[in-house]
Amino acid sequence: MKIEITAFGIAKDILKQKRLTIGLEDRPTVAKLREALIHQFPDFEKLRSLKFAVNTEYVSEDYQLNEKDEVVLIPPVSGG
Amino acid sequence: MLTKQDYQRYNRQIIIPEFGEAGQQKLKKAAVLVIGAGGLGAPILQYLTAAGVGKIGIVEFDEISLSNLQRQVLFEEDQVGLSKGEKAKERLAKLNPETNFELYAEAINAVNALSILKGYDLVIDGSDNLATRYLVNDACYFKEIPLVYGAIFRFEGQVSVFNARIAKGRGPNYRDLFPTPPPPELVPSCSEGGVLGVLPGIIGSMMANEAIKLIAEIGETLSGRLFVFDALDFTTHTLKVQKNESNPLSGDEPSIHGLIDYEAFCMGDIPQQKISEITATALSERMNGDKAVWLLDVREDYEYEIANLGGHLIPLNKIQSRSKEIPKDRDVVVMCKVGGRSQKAIEILQEQGFDNLVNLKGGIEAWRKTIDPSLSAY
Repeated sequence: MKIEITAFGIAKDILKQKRLTIGLEDRPTVAKLREALIHQFPDFEKLRSLKFAVNTEYVSEDYQLNEKDEVVLIPPVSGG
Repeated sequence: MLTKQDYQRYNRQIIIPEFGEAGQQKLKKAAVLVIGAGGLGAPILQYLTAAGVGKIGIVEFDEISLSNLQRQVLFEEDQVGLSKGEKAKERLAKLNPETNFELYAEAINAVNALSILKGYDLVIDGSDNLATRYLVNDACYFKEIPLVYGAIFRFEGQVSVFNARIAKGRGPNYRDLFPTPPPPELVPSCSEGGVLGVLPGIIGSMMANEAIKLIAEIGETLSGRLFVFDALDFTTHTLKVQKNESNPLSGDEPSIHGLIDYEAFCMGDIPQQKISEITATALSERMNGDKAVWLLDVREDYEYEIANLGGHLIPLNKIQSRSKEIPKDRDVVVMCKVGGRSQKAIEILQEQGFDNLVNLKGGIEAWRKTIDPSLSAY
């Protein structure tokens, strides 16, 4: 199953792209997706505290992703 | 009560049915505290002043620098080197002499925050670092003051409203969104990460708009929602923010009962001690002494041209391929603008076996501030 990811801020730098598609087994949890991202982009480990949003809501680590879900990664930014 | 002049001056908003005389009266009675008179502060302060907010507090301790002018449109070129807070206040007082301004020309911290916030109905955070953002969030929570939040990075901006009065108590706050900060090198400021000049104009204007809605009690604010904007590809997201029961401030079992040490909190638990540091003062003493120091500068060419200490220049993105140019037999002090990139360079070089590297704390900026003010700022 393919998962669409949209990254903001430093997550965009770490994943080296704004939008990324990652292939995983069917209906993976957010925790599984996180591990897959860390495996592919080791620096993503440093954003371990980052909560994942799916479509328009923040979800927990055991949330199971669906085919059409858009995963959104929004780390804090501090500039003013 | 509104005066005849008020009716003339604020006519264009008073005639909007949702806003009306009642909205204008609420603005006139309101006291709003704006943290930072920088990129976000410029539009926030100007629009709130123009709109007729009765009292505006400004927290700003910095001075105007040339690199501010690209986005901090309150200031003028011949004001470089002068107090930001003073100049902002002067300019705003000309825009609307009816508004009372109170300047706090000091850095807000855990010691003074609660007394600065006293008497304000609303706080707007346009600060430029994560420690201040957690501090302002927590202080607003303890004082039960709503907080308009906004932050920017390169082409991106975020806006939300925290701690707003809702039917059952208070809306979500910053810690519901970001419970713990990522390592400091992953949260670059504008001076390290860069920012497009127009972006704080967009995001700051949205913050001013949320502030006016909160004061006038009209419409629906971003309480419980996070707005995210990427100006580069013009994408927007509005995410729901829920209250988190494990929030250490406002959750079911709070563990934070007063303001804490926010600098330490934002340094996190990533071990920092592997990298040794030297202050600008200590480096200056060493350079004047007998012991040889080799300086490595990891900034970009154009930055080096603006100001340098005569160090060997290898930009951070070339550090791996050009590491042979760096000696291993003597102490090497690594520097960048404020100390973030040089720390990253040291991490990379340590993996290649270097054990003779010291980071210049606060970078060339610290050197300019404490040792040589004649260096150009940027």
